Amino acid sequence: MTLVEKNQIMDADALRRVVTRIAHEIIEKNQGIADVVLIGIRRRGVPLAERLQAKIKEIEGVDVPLGVLDITLYRDDLTTLAYQPVVHRTEVPFSIQGKKVILVDDVLYTGRTARAALDAVIDIGRPKVIQLAVLVDRGHRELPIRADYVGKNLPTSSKEVVSVRLLEIDQEDRVILNEKVE
Amino acid sequence: MFLVKNGLVVDPVQGINAKRDILIKDGLIAAVEVNIAVSGDMQVYDAAGKIVTPGLVDMHVHLREPGLEAKETIASGTRAAALGGFTSVACMPNTKPVLDSKAMLETVKAVAAREGVVNVFPIGAITKGSAGLELAEIGDMALNGAVAISDDGKPVGNAEMMRLALEYAKMFNLPVIAHCEESSLSADGVMHFGPISSELGLRGIPAAAEEIMVARDIILAEAAGSPVHIAHVSTKGSLELIRAAKARGIKVTCEVTPHHLSLSDAAVRGYSTATKVNPPLRPMQDVMALRAALAEGIIDCIATDHAPHTSEEKAVEFNYAPFGLVGLETAVPLILALVRSGELELSRAVEAMSYNPARILGIGRGSLAVGMVADLSVLDPDLRLTLTEQDLASQGKNSPFLGVELQGFAVLTLVNGKIVMQDRKLAVS
Amino acid sequence: MKWTRKDLLGLQDLSSDEINLILDQTAPMKDIIQRDIKKVPTLRGKSVINLFYEPSTRTRTSFELAGKYLSADTSSLAVSTSSVVKGESLIDTGKTIDVMGADIVVIRHQASGAPLLLSQNIKASVVNAGDGFHEHPTQGLLDMFTIREKKGTIQGLTVTILGDVLHSRVARSNIWGLTKLGAKVRVAGPSTLMPPGLAEMGVEVFNRIEDAVAGADVVNVLRIQLERQQKGLFPTLREYARLFGLNQARLALAQPDALVLHPGPMNRGVEISPEVADGPQSVITEQVTNGVAVRMAVLYLMAGGGLVDVPR
Repeated sequence: MTLVEKNQIMDADALRRVVTRIAHEIIEKNQGIADVVLIGIRRRGVPLAERLQAKIKEIEGVDVPLGVLDITLYRDDLTTLAYQPVVHRTEVPFSIQGKKVILVDDVLYTGRTARAALDAVIDIGRPKVIQLAVLVDRGHRELPIRADYVGKNLPTSSKEVVSVRLLEIDQEDRVILNEKVE
Repeated sequence: MFLVKNGLVVDPVQGINAKRDILIKDGLIAAVEVNIAVSGDMQVYDAAGKIVTPGLVDMHVHLREPGLEAKETIASGTRAAALGGFTSVACMPNTKPVLDSKAMLETVKAVAAREGVVNVFPIGAITKGSAGLELAEIGDMALNGAVAISDDGKPVGNAEMMRLALEYAKMFNLPVIAHCEESSLSADGVMHFGPISSELGLRGIPAAAEEIMVARDIILAEAAGSPVHIAHVSTKGSLELIRAAKARGIKVTCEVTPHHLSLSDAAVRGYSTATKVNPPLRPMQDVMALRAALAEGIIDCIATDHAPHTSEEKAVEFNYAPFGLVGLETAVPLILALVRSGELELSRAVEAMSYNPARILGIGRGSLAVGMVADLSVLDPDLRLTLTEQDLASQGKNSPFLGVELQGFAVLTLVNGKIVMQDRKLAVS
Repeated sequence: MKWTRKDLLGLQDLSSDEINLILDQTAPMKDIIQRDIKKVPTLRGKSVINLFYEPSTRTRTSFELAGKYLSADTSSLAVSTSSVVKGESLIDTGKTIDVMGADIVVIRHQASGAPLLLSQNIKASVVNAGDGFHEHPTQGLLDMFTIREKKGTIQGLTVTILGDVLHSRVARSNIWGLTKLGAKVRVAGPSTLMPPGLAEMGVEVFNRIEDAVAGADVVNVLRIQLERQQKGLFPTLREYARLFGLNQARLALAQPDALVLHPGPMNRGVEISPEVADGPQSVITEQVTNGVAVRMAVLYLMAGGGLVDVPR
C-alpha cells in the first residue's frame, strides 16, 4: 500500500492563521488564561501546543504551562499490534489539580487517541475541565468524543489519510490529504 | 557357509588392509583369500566398497540390567550394539544390585545367553556394592566369567583399597579398570571447569580431578606390578601421565570415548543434558590431544561408555540430570569421521575398536584369522544417516548426535557366524 | 528498533540495540512509579506468573509490582526449593501454567539454564529472574539504567565489580551488558571466587581491590554469601572485610563522583562498610526503584505480539 497525495488542505499561512484563531478561542472560552495549561499529545500535538503557547503569550503576555503527553501505555489496541510501540516520556512538570487542561493534537479521527489521552491526564491528577484542540477533525468517530477547538472540519473517506506536516518534525508546514492506493 | 566378498578387509593383527574375501563355516573363519570362488552352498554378501573388520568390541558399556531396566536391558542394549556394529560388549557392574558376586554374574550371563544379541562379557565390581570399603569376591568372579573388575561410575577413593585390588586381581590376571576422579575436586561439578562453565554459570570439574587419580593409579599399578586400565581418558594431562608411564614400562592401558574425541565443552552451551557426561566434555585442545594420542597409540582402545538414561531423567534442569550418553549406535560414524579427516588411520581405528580391547579383556576375539570365532562387522563408509530417537535400538535416547547427519555406519554384524544385523535391520526375533 | 524475542533469558544474547531499547523504555515507566496514581492500563487482561524456585522477596515483589503497575494480573508460585524431594518436573509445571493461560512466566531458579529449558517447552514468554550462577538480566539492566541515568551514558565508563564473581549471576549479566554498551569492566575479589575465562568475556581481573577501584566511575559491590566462607573459599568474614570490603578509604581511590551500587541485600560491614552504603555516592536505594521500572519495561516489551510458535 502506498499513499498518493490528493490535495493540499492548508499551506503554511493557513496553518498559522488557524493556530492564531484557536489561541483566541481558548482565551475567549476560558475568559482569560487563568488556570489554563496546554498539554500536547505526542507526537505532532507537541509542536502545535508550543505554537499555541507562543501565540497566547503574544496576546496575553503570559506563558501558560506546557506539558507533553505520551498515550502509548493507554492505547486500547496493544494486544492487536505485532510489536509494542515505543513508549516515550510524559512530561507534565506542574500540577494539573483544579486546572483547565487543553489537550492538543493534530488530527481527530476515531477518538481513540483522545480517549487514551483523557485517561492518561486523569491518572496524573484531577483537572477542573479538560478541553480538546485539534488542527483537523476528519470525522469517522468511534467514540462519543468531540473537540472544543477545531482548526478545520474536513469530511473524508476511510481510504484517505490526513497528514499534518510541521516544520519542527517534517521540515515544512502544511496539511495534505493522501489516498491509500493498493 | 557364508561368504563376505569384495570388501576392504582391515585386520591389524594379520596386517591385512586390502581387498579380501572371507569364508565363514560353522561359526568360525574358514578362509581369508584374495578371491574365493562362489559355490552353490554359500550365502554371499557383497561387501564391495565396504570395510570388513573383526567384530567390534566395546569394553565399556552400561547395560543397566538387573535393576535399572527402565534405562536399558540386556536385550535392548545388545540390540543397540548389533546396530552399531559391535559383536562384543563388556558390561559395567553398576547395576542394582551391583555385579559384585558370582551369583550376580551368573544372572547377567543367563539373561545375556537368553536375550542378548551380541556377546556379553561382564565386569565385576572391585569392592562390595562398589562402596569402596571392602574387596568384592574378585577371585570367585574371575573364575566365573568376569573379564575385568571396576567400580566404574565412581572412583575407588581410598588409595589403600585400590592398592589391594591391584595386588589381589593380579593373581587372577584380571585387569583393573579405573574410573579416575578425585571426588573432592569434582564435587558437585556438572561440566568441565573452564571459561565455558563460567559463561554458563555451571559448577566445574577441573581436569585435575581426573589427572590426580590417573597419576595415583599409575603409581599404584607400578608398585603392585599389576596392569591397570584407565577408563574414559579425557584430558591432555592424563595422556601425558600415561605416555610417561608407558615409556617406563608400567602396565597401563587406556581408552577414549567417541564423544570425547568429537565434542568439546562448547557443546554444553544450550544446556542440553545429552552433553552431560562424566568425565565431562573437555576444551578443544584436549580433544585434539586425545585424537593425536589415539593415532599415536598412547590410547589403546575406543570404548563408548554407553550410558542410557530415561527421557524423564534427562528432561530436567542440567544440574539435576544424570551423567551419561548413549554411544553404541554412533561410535562408528564418529570414528570414521576422524579417519576421513586424516586424523586417524583406518587400521588404527579398527585395532582400537576390536583387537586391543579384546586383548586387554582376554576374550580371544578381535581378529579375522582363520580359526577365529566369526565375529565380523561390515561398515559402509559412504552411508549418511540423520538418526532420530526412533532409530535407536537402545532404550536410552540421550545422545547429542541425534538430528545431525553422520556418515559411515555398520551395515552387517555377524556374531559367532550368525547375522544379527543386516542393512541396518536387526536380524533377531 | 522492535522487540522480537519471545523470552528474556540473559544479556549475553542481546544486542546493544535491544539493551538500549529496554533502557529507553524504563524512563517513562519510572515516571509512572513516581506519580500519585501508580497504574496504567497497558497490560489489562495479561497474566504474569512468578515462578520462584528460590526464595527471593525482593525480586519477586519487584516483578509483582511491575506487573500490577501495568494492570497485568500477577500471581506468584513459590515452589519447594529442595532438589532432594523431587516434585513435579519443571517442564510439567511450566506446561500446567501455560495451559492456564499465562502470558508471561517470570522464573527464578537455582539451576543455571532452567529458564531456557522452560522457554523451550511453553508458549508463554519467559523472563529470567535469576538462574543459578548464570544470569540475572533484569538486575543487570537496572544497574545499567541506574548508571546511565546518573552518568548520561555507559560508553567509555570504567565499572568495577567487586566480590564473588564465581557464584554471581548479577556479575555475569553486568559484564555482558556493560561490555556491549562500551564500558570497561574490571573485577576484583578473592582469587578463589574468580571464575576462569573472564578475559574472554572482555573483563580485566585485578588481584588488589585498590587497583581495581582506582579511577573507576562505578563500583558495583556483590553480595557475599556467608556459606562461601563455610565452604572454605575464603578464611573468615573479618579477613574478607579487611581485604576485599569496599570502605571509605578504598572508595576514595575511585573518581570523586563514582557511583556505588549493590544488588542487595547487603552484609553491612562485610562487603561494604556502612558509611559507603549510606554515603552520598551510594545509589543503592535508587536501584530498587529502578528495578521496578526496568521490570515494567521488560514486561511491556515481552507482552507484545510477534510470538513465535513453540514446537511440542
